[in-house]
Amino acid sequence: MWNSASDFLAMGGYGLYVWGSMGACLLVCIMEPVTLNLKRRALLSEAREQGAPDTGQFES
Amino acid sequence: MPTDKINWFQFAAPQRFYPLAGRLTPWFTVAGVLLAAYGLYLGLWVAPTDATQGQAYRIIFVHVPTAWMSMVIYVAMAGWAGVGLVFNSRLSSMMACALAPTGALMTVLALWTGALWGKPTWGAWWVWDARLTSELVLLFLYIGFMSLHASIDDVRRADRAAGLLALIGVVNVPIIYFSVKWWNTLHQGASVSFKGTSMATPMLIAMLVMALAFWAYCIAVVLKRVRVIILERERHTAWARAEMGVM
Repeated sequence: MWNSASDFLAMGGYGLYVWGSMGACLLVCIMEPVTLNLKRRALLSEAREQGAPDTGQFES
Repeated sequence: MPTDKINWFQFAAPQRFYPLAGRLTPWFTVAGVLLAAYGLYLGLWVAPTDATQGQAYRIIFVHVPTAWMSMVIYVAMAGWAGVGLVFNSRLSSMMACALAPTGALMTVLALWTGALWGKPTWGAWWVWDARLTSELVLLFLYIGFMSLHASIDDVRRADRAAGLLALIGVVNVPIIYFSVKWWNTLHQGASVSFKGTSMATPMLIAMLVMALAFWAYCIAVVLKRVRVIILERERHTAWARAEMGVM
Protein backbone atom coordinates (compact mmCIF):
# COMPACT_ATOMS: atom_id res chain seq x y z
CA MET A 1 0.00 0.00 0.00
CA TRP A 2 2.79 2.45 0.92
CA ASN A 3 5.80 2.51 -1.40
CA SER A 4 7.87 5.05 0.53
CA ALA A 5 7.90 7.18 3.65
CA SER A 6 6.77 10.25 1.72
CA ASP A 7 3.97 8.19 0.20
CA PHE A 8 2.89 7.27 3.72
CA LEU A 9 3.06 10.88 4.92
CA ALA A 10 1.11 12.13 1.91
CA MET A 11 -1.81 9.79 2.71
CA GLY A 12 -2.99 9.93 -0.89
CA GLY A 13 -3.24 13.73 -0.75
CA TYR A 14 -5.13 13.74 2.56
CA GLY A 15 -2.02 14.01 4.74
CA LEU A 16 -3.02 17.32 6.31
CA TYR A 17 -6.40 15.94 7.37
CA VAL A 18 -5.26 12.51 8.54
CA TRP A 19 -2.16 13.74 10.41
CA GLY A 20 -4.00 16.77 11.70
CA SER A 21 -6.46 14.39 13.34
CA MET A 22 -3.91 11.92 14.67
CA GLY A 23 -1.64 14.74 15.86
CA ALA A 24 -4.40 16.48 17.80
CA CYS A 25 -5.25 13.23 19.59
CA LEU A 26 -1.60 12.59 20.40
CA LEU A 27 -1.20 16.14 21.70
CA VAL A 28 -4.22 15.81 24.01
CA CYS A 29 -3.15 12.38 25.28
CA ILE A 30 0.26 13.82 26.22
CA MET A 31 -0.81 17.22 27.53
CA GLU A 32 -3.66 15.99 29.74
CA PRO A 33 -1.54 13.72 32.00
CA VAL A 34 1.32 16.26 31.99
CA THR A 35 -1.05 19.00 33.18
CA LEU A 36 -2.31 16.69 35.93
CA ASN A 37 1.25 15.95 37.06
CA LEU A 38 1.95 19.69 37.29
CA LYS A 39 -1.25 20.27 39.25
CA ARG A 40 -0.38 17.44 41.64
CA ARG A 41 3.13 18.81 42.12
CA ALA A 42 1.77 22.30 42.84
CA LEU A 43 -0.65 20.83 45.38
CA LEU A 44 2.15 18.95 47.16
CA SER A 45 4.53 21.89 47.31
CA GLU A 46 1.75 24.15 48.56
CA ALA A 47 1.00 21.67 51.34
CA ARG A 48 4.68 21.42 52.28
CA GLU A 49 5.11 25.20 52.33
CA GLN A 50 2.29 25.49 54.81
CA GLY A 51 4.11 22.87 56.85
CA ALA A 52 2.50 21.44 59.95
CA PRO A 53 0.54 24.33 61.45
CA ASP A 54 -1.21 22.05 63.94
CA THR A 55 1.91 21.66 66.07
CA GLY A 56 3.47 25.11 65.98
CA GLN A 57 0.42 27.30 66.07
CA PHE A 58 0.33 28.24 69.72
CA GLU A 59 4.06 28.29 70.44
CA SER A 60 5.63 31.67 71.07
CA MET B 1 -13.45 -21.81 49.33
CA PRO B 2 -12.20 -18.54 50.70
CA THR B 3 -14.70 -17.09 53.11
CA ASP B 4 -13.22 -13.62 53.54
CA LYS B 5 -14.87 -11.53 50.86
CA ILE B 6 -13.64 -8.10 49.84
CA ASN B 7 -15.99 -5.38 51.01
CA TRP B 8 -16.12 -3.25 47.88
CA PHE B 9 -18.03 -0.48 49.64
CA GLN B 10 -14.89 0.37 51.58
CA PHE B 11 -13.61 1.93 48.34
CA ALA B 12 -16.44 4.47 48.53
CA ALA B 13 -14.24 6.25 51.08
CA PRO B 14 -11.84 8.63 49.26
CA GLN B 15 -9.09 7.59 51.65
CA ARG B 16 -9.46 3.93 50.56
CA PHE B 17 -10.00 4.67 46.88
CA TYR B 18 -6.94 6.91 46.59
CA PRO B 19 -4.32 4.11 46.83
CA LEU B 20 -6.45 1.75 44.71
CA ALA B 21 -6.64 4.34 41.91
CA GLY B 22 -2.89 4.81 42.21
CA ARG B 23 -2.28 1.09 41.74
CA LEU B 24 -4.67 0.81 38.76
CA THR B 25 -3.44 3.84 36.78
CA PRO B 26 -0.15 2.34 35.46
CA TRP B 27 -1.94 -0.78 34.19
CA PHE B 28 -4.44 1.23 32.19
CA THR B 29 -1.67 3.51 30.91
CA VAL B 30 0.37 0.57 29.62
CA ALA B 31 -2.75 -1.05 28.12
CA GLY B 32 -3.63 2.24 26.40
CA VAL B 33 -0.16 2.68 24.88
CA LEU B 34 0.05 -0.93 23.65
CA LEU B 35 -3.48 -0.92 22.23
CA ALA B 36 -2.90 2.44 20.50
CA ALA B 37 0.36 1.18 18.95
CA TYR B 38 -1.35 -1.99 17.69
CA GLY B 39 -4.47 -0.13 16.57
CA LEU B 40 -2.46 2.46 14.62
CA TYR B 41 -0.40 -0.30 13.03
CA LEU B 42 -3.61 -2.02 11.91
CA GLY B 43 -5.25 1.24 10.89
CA LEU B 44 -2.35 2.76 8.97
CA TRP B 45 -0.62 -0.31 7.50
CA VAL B 46 -2.98 -3.27 7.44
CA ALA B 47 -6.39 -1.74 6.70
CA PRO B 48 -6.91 -1.24 2.95
CA THR B 49 -7.71 2.02 1.17
CA ASP B 50 -11.40 2.92 1.16
CA ALA B 51 -13.05 2.58 -2.25
CA THR B 52 -14.92 5.89 -2.09
CA GLN B 53 -12.99 8.05 0.39
CA GLY B 54 -9.40 7.05 -0.39
CA GLN B 55 -7.02 7.53 2.53
CA ALA B 56 -9.10 10.26 4.19
CA TYR B 57 -11.27 7.60 5.80
CA ARG B 58 -8.36 6.69 8.13
CA ILE B 59 -9.49 9.56 10.34
CA ILE B 60 -12.19 7.10 11.46
CA PHE B 61 -9.63 5.34 13.68
CA VAL B 62 -9.53 8.33 16.01
CA HIS B 63 -12.82 10.04 15.16
CA VAL B 64 -15.19 7.23 16.13
CA PRO B 65 -13.38 6.26 19.37
CA THR B 66 -13.25 9.88 20.59
CA ALA B 67 -16.90 10.41 19.68
CA TRP B 68 -17.88 7.21 21.52
CA MET B 69 -15.87 8.22 24.56
CA SER B 70 -17.42 11.70 24.57
CA MET B 71 -20.84 10.08 25.02
CA VAL B 72 -19.78 7.21 27.30
CA ILE B 73 -17.97 9.60 29.64
CA TYR B 74 -20.99 11.89 29.78
CA VAL B 75 -23.24 9.00 30.81
CA ALA B 76 -20.66 7.89 33.42
CA MET B 77 -20.37 11.45 34.70
CA ALA B 78 -24.14 11.85 34.99
CA GLY B 79 -24.34 8.41 36.66
CA TRP B 80 -21.75 9.30 39.31
CA ALA B 81 -23.36 12.71 39.78
CA GLY B 82 -26.71 10.97 40.31
CA VAL B 83 -25.25 8.56 42.85
CA GLY B 84 -23.66 11.53 44.58
CA LEU B 85 -27.01 13.35 44.71
CA VAL B 86 -28.94 10.35 46.05
CA PHE B 87 -26.45 8.95 48.55
CA ASN B 88 -24.58 12.16 49.28
CA SER B 89 -21.35 10.22 48.81
CA ARG B 90 -18.32 12.42 48.35
CA LEU B 91 -16.31 10.11 46.12
CA SER B 92 -19.14 9.84 43.56
CA SER B 93 -19.17 13.59 43.06
CA MET B 94 -15.38 13.62 42.85
CA MET B 95 -15.61 10.98 40.10
CA ALA B 96 -18.09 13.16 38.19
CA CYS B 97 -15.68 16.10 38.48
CA ALA B 98 -12.77 13.93 37.36
CA LEU B 99 -14.65 12.72 34.27
CA ALA B 100 -15.79 16.13 33.00
CA PRO B 101 -12.51 17.55 31.60
CA THR B 102 -11.61 14.29 29.85
CA GLY B 103 -15.11 14.08 28.40
CA ALA B 104 -14.84 17.65 27.18
CA LEU B 105 -11.46 16.93 25.57
CA MET B 106 -12.88 13.83 23.84
CA THR B 107 -15.74 15.97 22.53
CA VAL B 108 -13.28 18.57 21.22
CA LEU B 109 -11.28 15.81 19.52
CA ALA B 110 -14.42 14.29 18.00
CA LEU B 111 -15.42 17.71 16.63
CA TRP B 112 -11.89 18.53 15.47
CA THR B 113 -11.29 15.22 13.69
CA GLY B 114 -14.82 15.47 12.31
CA ALA B 115 -14.04 18.88 10.81
CA LEU B 116 -10.85 17.51 9.28
CA TRP B 117 -12.84 14.65 7.84
CA GLY B 118 -15.73 16.81 6.69
CA LYS B 119 -13.59 19.21 4.67
CA PRO B 120 -12.25 16.66 2.14
CA THR B 121 -15.40 14.52 2.00
CA TRP B 122 -18.25 17.06 2.25
CA GLY B 123 -16.34 20.18 1.25
CA ALA B 124 -17.11 21.94 4.54
CA TRP B 125 -15.39 22.06 7.94
CA TRP B 126 -18.72 22.46 9.66
CA VAL B 127 -22.43 22.14 8.87
CA TRP B 128 -25.37 22.69 11.21
CA ASP B 129 -26.48 19.12 10.90
CA ALA B 130 -28.25 17.29 13.75
CA ARG B 131 -25.29 15.03 14.59
CA LEU B 132 -22.74 17.85 14.67
CA THR B 133 -25.00 20.28 16.47
CA SER B 134 -25.95 17.82 19.22
CA GLU B 135 -22.26 16.95 19.70
CA LEU B 136 -21.52 20.67 20.05
CA VAL B 137 -24.31 20.88 22.65
CA LEU B 138 -22.51 18.04 24.49
CA LEU B 139 -19.37 20.18 24.64
CA PHE B 140 -21.40 23.07 26.07
CA LEU B 141 -22.89 20.72 28.68
CA TYR B 142 -19.41 19.65 29.79
CA ILE B 143 -18.27 23.28 29.92
CA GLY B 144 -21.45 24.22 31.79
CA PHE B 145 -20.88 21.45 34.34
CA MET B 146 -17.29 22.53 34.98
CA SER B 147 -17.99 26.26 35.16
CA LEU B 148 -21.05 25.83 37.38
CA HIS B 149 -19.00 23.65 39.73
CA ALA B 150 -16.15 26.16 39.75
CA SER B 151 -18.46 29.11 40.39
CA ILE B 152 -19.81 27.81 43.73
CA ASP B 153 -17.41 28.10 46.65
CA ASP B 154 -19.02 25.50 48.90
CA VAL B 155 -17.85 22.29 47.25
CA ARG B 156 -20.78 20.15 48.44
CA ARG B 157 -23.29 22.67 47.08
CA ALA B 158 -21.27 22.82 43.87
CA ASP B 159 -21.50 19.02 43.61
CA ARG B 160 -25.27 19.13 43.93
CA ALA B 161 -25.87 21.99 41.49
CA ALA B 162 -23.49 20.66 38.83
CA GLY B 163 -24.78 17.13 39.40
CA LEU B 164 -28.31 18.23 38.65
CA LEU B 165 -27.12 19.90 35.44
CA ALA B 166 -25.28 16.70 34.44
CA LEU B 167 -28.44 14.63 34.99
CA ILE B 168 -30.65 16.97 32.97
CA GLY B 169 -28.12 17.08 30.13
CA VAL B 170 -28.05 13.31 29.75
CA VAL B 171 -31.10 13.50 27.45
CA ASN B 172 -28.72 14.90 24.83
CA VAL B 173 -26.77 11.61 24.57
CA PRO B 174 -29.52 9.54 22.88
CA ILE B 175 -30.21 12.57 20.68
CA ILE B 176 -26.60 12.46 19.46
CA TYR B 177 -26.66 8.71 19.01
CA PHE B 178 -29.94 8.50 17.09
CA SER B 179 -29.62 11.86 15.29
CA VAL B 180 -28.46 10.16 12.09
CA LYS B 181 -31.64 8.06 12.10
CA TRP B 182 -34.17 10.63 13.28
CA TRP B 183 -33.10 13.41 10.95
CA ASN B 184 -31.83 13.52 7.42
CA THR B 185 -28.23 14.34 8.22
CA LEU B 186 -25.16 14.95 6.10
CA HIS B 187 -23.26 12.86 8.64
CA GLN B 188 -23.20 9.24 7.57
CA GLY B 189 -25.17 6.66 9.53
CA ALA B 190 -23.60 4.15 11.88
CA SER B 191 -21.29 1.62 10.24
CA VAL B 192 -21.28 -0.44 13.40
CA SER B 193 -24.41 -1.24 15.40
CA PHE B 194 -25.66 -3.99 17.66
CA LYS B 195 -27.12 -5.69 14.60
CA GLY B 196 -23.84 -5.97 12.72
CA THR B 197 -21.45 -3.98 10.62
CA SER B 198 -21.02 -2.72 7.08
CA MET B 199 -17.23 -2.30 7.41
CA ALA B 200 -14.42 -4.43 6.01
CA THR B 201 -12.98 -6.68 8.73
CA PRO B 202 -9.45 -5.16 9.04
CA MET B 203 -10.94 -1.65 9.26
CA LEU B 204 -13.42 -2.77 11.88
CA ILE B 205 -10.79 -4.53 14.00
CA ALA B 206 -8.45 -1.51 13.82
CA MET B 207 -11.29 0.77 14.90
CA LEU B 208 -12.29 -1.47 17.79
CA VAL B 209 -8.67 -1.75 18.99
CA MET B 210 -8.40 2.05 18.87
CA ALA B 211 -11.69 2.30 20.81
CA LEU B 212 -10.22 0.03 23.51
CA ALA B 213 -7.06 2.17 23.53
CA PHE B 214 -9.14 5.30 24.19
CA TRP B 215 -11.11 3.46 26.88
CA ALA B 216 -7.86 2.55 28.64
CA TYR B 217 -6.47 6.07 28.24
CA CYS B 218 -9.61 7.68 29.61
CA ILE B 219 -9.76 5.34 32.61
CA ALA B 220 -6.08 5.98 33.38
CA VAL B 221 -6.31 9.76 33.11
CA VAL B 222 -9.59 9.97 35.05
CA LEU B 223 -8.10 7.88 37.88
CA LYS B 224 -5.11 10.19 37.82
CA ARG B 225 -7.37 13.24 38.05
CA VAL B 226 -9.58 11.81 40.78
CA ARG B 227 -6.45 11.32 42.90
CA VAL B 228 -5.57 14.98 42.49
CA ILE B 229 -9.16 15.97 43.35
CA ILE B 230 -9.19 13.71 46.43
CA LEU B 231 -5.92 15.20 47.69
CA GLU B 232 -7.14 18.72 47.00
CA ARG B 233 -10.42 18.25 48.84
CA GLU B 234 -9.03 16.20 51.73
CA ARG B 235 -5.79 18.14 52.15
CA HIS B 236 -6.74 19.20 55.68
CA THR B 237 -7.31 15.65 56.90
CA ALA B 238 -4.67 13.66 58.72
CA TRP B 239 -4.38 10.88 56.13
CA ALA B 240 -4.01 13.28 53.20
CA ARG B 241 -1.39 15.29 55.03
CA ALA B 242 0.51 12.09 55.78
CA GLU B 243 0.16 11.11 52.12
CA MET B 244 1.62 14.45 51.04
CA GLY B 245 4.49 14.02 53.49
CA VAL B 246 3.53 17.07 55.55
CA MET B 247 3.08 15.47 58.96
